[in-house]
Amino acid sequence: MKTELIVTIIIFLLLFIKLGKDIKNEQLLPFIQFVLLVNFIASFFYNVDGSLFGDMFYTNSLIAFEKSILSLGVYLISLLSTDWLKKTSHLPEFFILMLSALLGMCLLLSSGNLLIFYLSLELATIPIAAMSNFDLIKKRSSEAAMKMILSSAFSSGILLFGISLIYGITGTIVFAELPKLADGSSLFIMAFVFLFSSFAFKLSIVPFHLWTADVYEGSPIAVTSFLSVVSKAAIAFVLLTVLSGVFQPLQDIWYVLIVVLSVASMLIGNLFALRQENIKRFLAFSSIAQVGFILVGVSGNSNIGISSVVYFMLIYMVSNLAAFGVASVISEQTGKENISDYKGLYKNNPLLGWVLALALFSLAGIPPTAGFFGKLYLLTTGGSKGSYLFISIAALNMIISLFYYLRVVRAVFIDKNNQPIEKLTIQLPVKLALFVCSVSIVLLGIMGWIFDYIESLH
Amino acid sequence: MNLLLLLGIPLLTGLLVLLVSTKVQVRWVSFVGATAQLIASFLLFFAFRTEIADQNTAQFLFEVDYTLIESFNIHFHLGVDGISVAMILLTSFVVVAGILVSWNIEKMTKEFYFLLILLSLGAYGFFLSLDLFVLFFFLEMAVIPKYLLIGIWGSGKKDYSANKLALMLMGGSALILVGMLGLYFIGGHEFNIVHLSKLTISTDYQHLIFPFLFLGFGVFTALFPFHTWVPDGHSSAPTAGSMFLAGISMKLGGYGCLRVAIYLLPEGAKEYAHIIIVLSSIAILYGAFVTMMQKDLKYMNAYSSISHVGFSLLAMAMLTQTAITGALMQMISHGLMTALFFAVIGMIYDRTHTRMVDEMGGLMKTMPFITTVLFLVGFCSLGLPGLSGFVAEMTVFVGSWQVDDWFHRAATIAAIMSIVVTAVYILRAIGSTAMGPIKNPSFATLKDATWNEKLAAVILLIGIIGIGIAPSWLSNLLKPAAEIITNRIMGK
Repeated sequence: MKTELIVTIIIFLLLFIKLGKDIKNEQLLPFIQFVLLVNFIASFFYNVDGSLFGDMFYTNSLIAFEKSILSLGVYLISLLSTDWLKKTSHLPEFFILMLSALLGMCLLLSSGNLLIFYLSLELATIPIAAMSNFDLIKKRSSEAAMKMILSSAFSSGILLFGISLIYGITGTIVFAELPKLADGSSLFIMAFVFLFSSFAFKLSIVPFHLWTADVYEGSPIAVTSFLSVVSKAAIAFVLLTVLSGVFQPLQDIWYVLIVVLSVASMLIGNLFALRQENIKRFLAFSSIAQVGFILVGVSGNSNIGISSVVYFMLIYMVSNLAAFGVASVISEQTGKENISDYKGLYKNNPLLGWVLALALFSLAGIPPTAGFFGKLYLLTTGGSKGSYLFISIAALNMIISLFYYLRVVRAVFIDKNNQPIEKLTIQLPVKLALFVCSVSIVLLGIMGWIFDYIESLH
Repeated sequence: MNLLLLLGIPLLTGLLVLLVSTKVQVRWVSFVGATAQLIASFLLFFAFRTEIADQNTAQFLFEVDYTLIESFNIHFHLGVDGISVAMILLTSFVVVAGILVSWNIEKMTKEFYFLLILLSLGAYGFFLSLDLFVLFFFLEMAVIPKYLLIGIWGSGKKDYSANKLALMLMGGSALILVGMLGLYFIGGHEFNIVHLSKLTISTDYQHLIFPFLFLGFGVFTALFPFHTWVPDGHSSAPTAGSMFLAGISMKLGGYGCLRVAIYLLPEGAKEYAHIIIVLSSIAILYGAFVTMMQKDLKYMNAYSSISHVGFSLLAMAMLTQTAITGALMQMISHGLMTALFFAVIGMIYDRTHTRMVDEMGGLMKTMPFITTVLFLVGFCSLGLPGLSGFVAEMTVFVGSWQVDDWFHRAATIAAIMSIVVTAVYILRAIGSTAMGPIKNPSFATLKDATWNEKLAAVILLIGIIGIGIAPSWLSNLLKPAAEIITNRIMGK
């Protein structure tokens, strides 16, 4: 409950600041960043296992760790988008929305019954739609927000339908009681499919991914990175808990489902990413493919599978945030968002070039970056079911993904450009965040005890 | 001897290269680091010999074992046998020479040397590791430096070549990954090569897994028909890049085929040996005949590499002790020889700005040192006694001939025939390059090799002639290890 309380306090603090006299963004932003850092550090201390409100809310050390990951993500985003945040005219509101979403995600992770689950899922989604609209003068931004809110309303409807069916069959909405009552009847399976499609929608698993690219492209980069990293991580964590906890009796059914969707996500995400020009759309499709990989780990359905997904999400977060951070610096200072604009980036901005390359190699799973370890652990846990075809398809997809990641690397390092992007000034907070991300990309994998630590949290 | 030293030196060199500022410092730091590594490799060699002389019969010496990830049973497990020692020696020779011939790289010098050192670190780690996961880690680590080396400093159709190389090698590693996970699960969550080799794996399962591993490593070592990255990659790469690719990188594949695929899955090896023999015979003949048609010296050496590497794959698939020793000697000999060949081609190209055989002529008159080295390396390639090529090929042929049925005999004879073709293209190429009148008047004023080029050539020549004159030190190193592998194949 501690993280939720701190986040709520910060939200109220920001509301009061908003009500008071105007503070310049230059002064407010460092303060907010500091508070978020405190929130992140505090999330490691005084974590108690237990449940509250008649099992509506429960927590354990793994959930606390997952919340720390989400807090870290929010903190890094606040650093990386410094350029954009300083310009925006509604700074407190932006953070109020983002922290509300974070609050929703934390509650979601801890939710113990379907009602609070639905409530927190909505709390985690609706602020994001408002955030997508934050580039007030851009038409695309409003379009993105509209698409987001409409499609997430639709998915909520489906989720509610699923929940009501489950309640109708079992007469309970408490997670802890559901596994005993899950009877595997066709109606129950249908309810599960409804529930699952809502997850699939939020995680943008193929074929529920159609909103992703447009929303990612239209939203400000800070929102895009929040959506693709923090939000995705939260939903993936919950998916793990729900599948391996509540729907454990149906595991033979959802294993097939996960395998099919995982293959579809990897293939379609990769094939579409091949042809993207806009870096945001590019990262959107690459993240669809990454979700396919996450599902490989989910399909393992074991404690070690959960650990490897959590570990991969941590790596995916730092790698993706590093890539988005570089894109955000370039986009804010030059307005360029196309891969072809990145040609010759290395010449004037070697630091940005290296960070971007490191991030992309990590996403592609090339050693010695952490992404290699993350992907390999996912494949290892997924392979424990003995489906070599599935693992082979996943391995082949790593080659396709390498091809398009290399496209960006080639643009940055190799391709010639008569007018490369000039030397950009990188603000101190951005530098700090890029440094943290790069160091984590290099060290998270080699320092194997981190995985063992996550494994010990069960 | 602590094996971590052999990883520590390149790692430290790489970090130092990133830290120092001027180009001169970068060069000297890399050179000193590579030389230190060469010395360390020799120390390893002597320490290994001392241990063997002291009747130490352990399969792997100087083992180091740290737990990396307990949950997956992954260990940072290093250890060497004769094969790894020989491979590490080869690598350190090529690295020193490669760094010396790149002395004049002006474009992004720091990045260039850093990538070379990263590549060599991958190779050292690969040859040292006894844990499949760590082995795979180092193997993949060496892929991206190759891509960038070709893409940034390459020539010709470098984009195409770099992409082709990276994707094909990644394809190879995807196959290895699947095979590796297969072994992991059948062995009860075990990546340790020593433990896996003690395991009895059912024949059916070996038949299933073997192709994944052998083909995967085969892509790295230009197994026909997965050799197509070789000519493009080698000819587009900068000189040191080609030397590393042919001298070190292709050997990673050969070593993997032997140590992982054949050693761990002997039943699989027996089942598929005849297919490997057919493929490598095709590679030997095809490589040799295609080389005859080439006009470009780099393409020539690249295709002849396919043919030469074919010898070692052929010998491996014969599954006898002498043949496997021969395969390993061929790998070492080819590594040194082809690295030197690419170095010489690079030196000639830097001066004449052409790699076309028919545009050159009479280079002997202006650059006697370079052309002498070209002659020596050419003779080594066609198997002149006294140089390493002869020793290695003889061992391969003797070992292959021992398998006495018509199929293996036919393959051996086909392989021997290719020697004639090799002689034709080598003699023609070096003849028209070095002899005759000077075709292009501007060639008359060209300078001979500089000190760094001379040193690089001499270092590699020491290796080539050292093996050629006194092969026993190398074969004594390789034989016991090859015997362990053949014993496992025989089921002892």
